[in-house]
Amino acid sequence: MVSRVFQNTLARKLIFFAALIAVWQTLAWSGWWAEYIFPSPLGVAQTLARGFQNGTFVVGIATSMQRLLIGFGISAIIGILSGLAIGRSKVLDETIGSLVLGLQTLPSICWLPLALLWFGLSETAMLFVVVMGALLAITTATEAGVKNTPPLYLRAARNLGARGWKLYALVIFPAALPEIITGMKLGWSFAWRSLMAAELLYVSLGLGHLLMMGRELNDMSQVVAVMLVIIAIGLVVDRVIFAPIETRVRERWGLI
Amino acid sequence: MKLEIRGVTKTFQSKNGALTALDAIDLDVQPGEFVCLLGPSGCGKSTLLNIIAGLDAPTRGQVRVEGKIVTRPGPDRVMIFQSAALFPWLSVFDNVKFGLNMIGVPKPARQVIARKYLQMVHLADFERASVHELSGGMKQRVAIARALAADPDVLLMDEPFGALDAQTRDLLHDELQTIWTETRKTIVFVTHNVREAVVLGDRVVVFSARPGRIKKIFTIDLPRPRQIESYAVVDLAREIMAELKEDVLASVHDPQVSWLQGMEAQRVGDDVL
Repeated sequence: MVSRVFQNTLARKLIFFAALIAVWQTLAWSGWWAEYIFPSPLGVAQTLARGFQNGTFVVGIATSMQRLLIGFGISAIIGILSGLAIGRSKVLDETIGSLVLGLQTLPSICWLPLALLWFGLSETAMLFVVVMGALLAITTATEAGVKNTPPLYLRAARNLGARGWKLYALVIFPAALPEIITGMKLGWSFAWRSLMAAELLYVSLGLGHLLMMGRELNDMSQVVAVMLVIIAIGLVVDRVIFAPIETRVRERWGLI
Repeated sequence: MKLEIRGVTKTFQSKNGALTALDAIDLDVQPGEFVCLLGPSGCGKSTLLNIIAGLDAPTRGQVRVEGKIVTRPGPDRVMIFQSAALFPWLSVFDNVKFGLNMIGVPKPARQVIARKYLQMVHLADFERASVHELSGGMKQRVAIARALAADPDVLLMDEPFGALDAQTRDLLHDELQTIWTETRKTIVFVTHNVREAVVLGDRVVVFSARPGRIKKIFTIDLPRPRQIESYAVVDLAREIMAELKEDVLASVHDPQVSWLQGMEAQRVGDDVL
């Protein structure tokens, strides 16, 4: 019976996490550490519930998600367009393409000091960091997708009279779509990470700020609660939004 | 539409120096004629097809369609590939309409034309299907419908049935003969399958091993529709095979063949941008 339960992946996961929480709760009850240093799962759950009830977490999530969506949207548009251009032009590839590659090695939070000097302690500075987080990943992925367009599609399309912008919009872009989506997924996670880092660094209402508030108030259960929220959002976006789209497209494109 | 091939020579630059794929090819194809190009791998027959399609340029010589020199791809000459080359992001219906969109046929007319040709290849019920749901034979039928819908004067077929199982291939031979009889397109059909060439062609043009030259042209006078297992087809195929034998041997031992085939598969025409 026990061995059969263990054969089920979901059951294994549930048991593991239940055990983890049980150990955590036991350690918290043992009283080795003060509650403000080592919060109990129950305490964290209460903080979570309170945070959602009094709206602070809701505001935090909304604020962060808004920044993320706007910033990510901007970088998706710029990234895809510039990737399409760089991928088909040797001159652009040698110039802007190599610049993009170089900049990509820079962790995007390193743009924050520059953004602060240019835009001050403003939303714009925050957006700038998010955009820089996702932009380069989306650009390089799009560029790679365009370069890897199977010659067969180009041959077939040229043959049927496709040229110019129609060739781009109706053949090269969709052919590159699987790689573009992978790039967007990667870009999203970069943007998410850099936004959290940026929000930690100055007062801003977002989730990162709530995390920092927990620290300042010595409220460890808030810190852990916000961390859980951040993990949950990351998981949901990755598994519920990007992964299914990615799988569907790859299947349809015959790449699986 | 008359197709004139005059002194077409094609040389590729490989890292081992210049590689001649085609050497001074002269050939006329009459309007409505079904011509099969037959030869061992790497004899340049696909290169010739690329050049007729305008996806590749000859090093010397020229191809004229109705007196006009071919310089780039055009919807008057549509190619059908071995791997069908359908666009997986489009439905079957949209694939067939693709060429019509490119040549600026108005939307309502596209629907009508696409339906007509899907019916012709017996896939009327698969309009909404995605490409990845189709079998190899169905994909090739869609590719034929897509090519016919653009109403080209010349159909260029590059081993279109080479990847199919024997039964499907026989079936498509029948269907292609029917389609050709109905539409009277000029067809240039590349194959290395001797019987296929005899079943389909009015003439079979036999190429030598690399560098590709025209070795001999057979006129096939057998009545249609032809069956691949009929005695007349088998006898003629044997005669042509004898002609080809030494070239096939030469090609098997030619280390440049796969390089050449790779080149042939990448030609997209020079004016892509």
